[in-house]
Amino acid sequence: MDQGRDTMSMKAYHLVVNGERKSVTVDPSTPLLWVLREDLKLTGTKFGCGIGACGACTVHLGGVATRSCLVPVSLIGDRKIVTIEGMSRDPIGRIVQNAWVDKDVVQCGYCQSGQIMSVVALLKANRKPTDTNIEESLGGNLCRCGTYVRIRDAVKSAAEKLA
Amino acid sequence: MFSLLIALFLAETAEGLAAWQKIHSVLTSPRCINCHTATNYPQQGDDRHRHFANVIRGPQDKGVVALNCATCHQSQNANSTGVPGGQNWHLAPLSMKWQDLNDQPLTSAEICRSVKSRLDGAHLLKHHAEEPLVLWAWNPGRRPDGTVRTLPPLTRAQFVEATRQWIKAGTPCP
Amino acid sequence: MNRRMFLRVSAAATGGLLVSMYFDFPAAAQTPKIYPPDAFVHVRPDGTIAITVNRVELGQGVNTALPMILADEMDADWSRVVPEIAPAGDVYRDPIFGVQIVGGSFSIANSFQQYRDLGARTRAMLISAAADRWRVTPDQCRAANSVVYGPANQSATYADLADAAALLPIPEKVRLKNPSEFRLIGKPTRRLDSRAKSDGSQKFSLDLDLPGMKIALLARPPIFGGRVRSFDDKDARKIAGVADIFEIPLAKGKGTAVAVVADRFWAAKQARDRLEIDWDLSGIEHVDSDKLRARFKELAHTKGNVALARGDETAIDRIPADRRIVAEYDFPYLAHTPMEPLNITARFDGDRAETWTTSQLPTTEQQAMADALGLPAQQLKFHIGYGGGAFGRRGTLDAHLEVEVAAIAKRMRGVPVKLIWTREDDVQGGYYRPLCAHRVELGIADDGTPAAWRHVVVGQSFIIGTGTPFESALVKNGVDALVVEGTVDCRYVIPNFHVSAHHPNVNVHVFSLRSVGLTHNTFVVETLIDELAMRANADPIAYRLQLIAADAKRHRAVLELLRDKTGWRDKLPPNHASGIALSEYHVTASAVAVDVSIENDRPRIHRATVAVHCGLAVNPMTVESQFQGGLAFGVSQLMEKGAITLKDGRVEQRNFDSYTPPYIKDAPMAVDVHIVPSSEPPTAVGECPVPLIAPAVVNAIARLTGKRYRSLPLMAL
Repeated sequence: MDQGRDTMSMKAYHLVVNGERKSVTVDPSTPLLWVLREDLKLTGTKFGCGIGACGACTVHLGGVATRSCLVPVSLIGDRKIVTIEGMSRDPIGRIVQNAWVDKDVVQCGYCQSGQIMSVVALLKANRKPTDTNIEESLGGNLCRCGTYVRIRDAVKSAAEKLA
Repeated sequence: MFSLLIALFLAETAEGLAAWQKIHSVLTSPRCINCHTATNYPQQGDDRHRHFANVIRGPQDKGVVALNCATCHQSQNANSTGVPGGQNWHLAPLSMKWQDLNDQPLTSAEICRSVKSRLDGAHLLKHHAEEPLVLWAWNPGRRPDGTVRTLPPLTRAQFVEATRQWIKAGTPCP
Repeated sequence: MNRRMFLRVSAAATGGLLVSMYFDFPAAAQTPKIYPPDAFVHVRPDGTIAITVNRVELGQGVNTALPMILADEMDADWSRVVPEIAPAGDVYRDPIFGVQIVGGSFSIANSFQQYRDLGARTRAMLISAAADRWRVTPDQCRAANSVVYGPANQSATYADLADAAALLPIPEKVRLKNPSEFRLIGKPTRRLDSRAKSDGSQKFSLDLDLPGMKIALLARPPIFGGRVRSFDDKDARKIAGVADIFEIPLAKGKGTAVAVVADRFWAAKQARDRLEIDWDLSGIEHVDSDKLRARFKELAHTKGNVALARGDETAIDRIPADRRIVAEYDFPYLAHTPMEPLNITARFDGDRAETWTTSQLPTTEQQAMADALGLPAQQLKFHIGYGGGAFGRRGTLDAHLEVEVAAIAKRMRGVPVKLIWTREDDVQGGYYRPLCAHRVELGIADDGTPAAWRHVVVGQSFIIGTGTPFESALVKNGVDALVVEGTVDCRYVIPNFHVSAHHPNVNVHVFSLRSVGLTHNTFVVETLIDELAMRANADPIAYRLQLIAADAKRHRAVLELLRDKTGWRDKLPPNHASGIALSEYHVTASAVAVDVSIENDRPRIHRATVAVHCGLAVNPMTVESQFQGGLAFGVSQLMEKGAITLKDGRVEQRNFDSYTPPYIKDAPMAVDVHIVPSSEPPTAVGECPVPLIAPAVVNAIARLTGKRYRSLPLMAL
């Protein structure tokens, strides 16, 4: 009994995601997270809690690290979106990913897209983060596997490469 | 004649204090006081508990990189996801703190003096009447469960009027 | 014992106790078996070597460690190895348990020999193929890095030989390497999935996308066991994209729910939010956790079923009051909350079906799914994907996800449906580590050692009442071994030691959480031992070394190693203190020392030093990561908002804002791990760190403030 998609409650949005123009037709209240995952098939950005408490859904929106589970697509405007899939083409993103591999950070890995997006935002603003900077900026990113100690190491390692 | 002046002065002060009482009731309501903390964190909810996810004040009252206020709060309320929003969402600076370090509201007298020291009459009225984040308190959006957040105890019009009265009475403090 | 009973027996082994005085495993499992290499190793034409791992990868690193074992014996080029997670399949059952399982931290212990054999067999077949080709004998050949070399400078790659090798009979006997020949086993080796997990390309079970797939959410009863009486979906159906809304049964005894099926997650969620449901909440217990705590505390005053009886039970009564400690402990319900929400996708086609999920019990859940669909298991393809953590949550005995999605898949015949539990569903959905109470009467001898220890444990069992032979193996004299492990099996010499247990029935679903009974028992034992050490003015490591049984070699080894590595304990800054804890889990012994101060009324863990004896550490890097991560996981028990509570039958917490696991500042800031060198067969790792951290931190706090905490979680200090 599929009612199909009632076009009256849907709207067209033109987004720029990782440098590419994308058009979607969705319910305006849909969080960006679900537009990315379901309409654009970019599943690197993860659903962890839906209330912005875990950071697994972190993307860069208009250059600001943003929790995409909370932002309805209707509030995006013309701000550019960058996801984890765009990080290997970003010079700082690449360095962070390499540090992640070198320091064997991940365990289950589910939180790591969000961790890396947060770290890249930090390093873009601050190339020499202190332990306190790291702890504060990553203070809201949850990892149930507890990779925090290796995350700290990897951030410092990435920062050294940027120095 | 002298006693008449005194009587008038006292009456004006009494009216002014009554107006302040009204303003105070709004300032210390959760929608306002939650961001006027003395600590390095905001509060949330009608029970004014510490904001979740370890968000902190940061050097410019806007959080820290990767955990800015703007990481979650947009320029408008996001009712579908239950996140309040407004233009330039950020913590009131420490100079505008209305609580102590134990998250208890300061006394009415202390808050009064603090408000007075920040803005003169005209600017205060403008702030109360036009500042987007102040106006937000009367359009606070929906919680994740769909219910509208509790409004301040006065309407916006009553708040602005009380401000006017207080200024006219010479901004007396208790 | 028929096959089905055997499956249910083994199912209870998830995170559970198998090597213990209480458990006798059926002899059938010990029969050595020759596993077919072609189910485990594929040498592709391009030289890639795909190694099938018979364990779901949940973060514990088994997708790297098991391939290391096989690749080492196979003399494969490690740089070309890629891991694959096995689907549900008989050949992928655990060689000892006879069921496909991740649990009890047994993966490496139980598959070490198996994967060595597989690697050696594969190598032998490749060499035979080369020998045939060159008309020489196999022992004239040697192999290295995916190449076979002949006696006259011949060489052939494994890729080149693979087809011919596959046609050869599987050799019965193979020569395994001497440990001195290991090139991979025992060497710190980076994980094989790091890049994919760092660039967003790693697919988790939740990421599955199939053409025409729908999303299903459940409106579940607010009280465990509730049933739908009626529901109004008028407003819900107005949401664009809703396909159907209907009632479904939940797992047996768990009530019913309303399923919402839509073409997108957000549509399903909005529709679910608009449902008006009238619940029948009669005839079920409405649990109040405060009342439950009081009831359990009371119950702990009376002797339960005997779990352990050593020496004279009345000895404690003759010890003067000033040399007796009476300690009461209480522990809340805990939720696992793995980062990836629970999910399962299924498509039912009438005479067959296909399922995709991430699960700790693939064959068991496959059978449960087949049963629910009315199909033979062979007609159900059951794929297992990478999981975003589990910690014991993804293998409940009632296979609830399968039961739920089966009902939906049947109704949506031919359409793949992905069922998702949101974080709220997860936090409120049960299968918690049980709420427990302990009461210990401890008598102290003149020399400061425990002379008598009388201990009552109160906690729900998730085994009793399942009616399985496993129940009769794990439950003796009415005591569930999983509720008393950590206490009854501790290796301290206590001449008069009596432990008994009560297992009340409570209407809250409970299950096993990483390290199971040790999560509370080890806390009790290690904090009491610490109290004794403090009273005796003894160094806590020295005190334990004195008290541990003479033949507890591994415990002794880790305590000594820990002592050697914690010279920093004597050099702590003011306002810091150290705390110690020791644990044994499934033969592995480990100990931790923590450096703690109090910051903003919370413990700040500056450093943790770990010593562990896990036999041969196949991948020392995994061991290090598991201990670093597991300590952080164990901090969950200390978190101020780290308790699940119920009022009027309803769980009071809803998401990470009200049930809050450790963030970076709550976890140890630095962890150094030291492994006792050993060539003994590998034993447990994954769960071992969890029981250590909470008692160690509380022991440190006792030295900082003089205050002893016997109730978790820790509120403001």
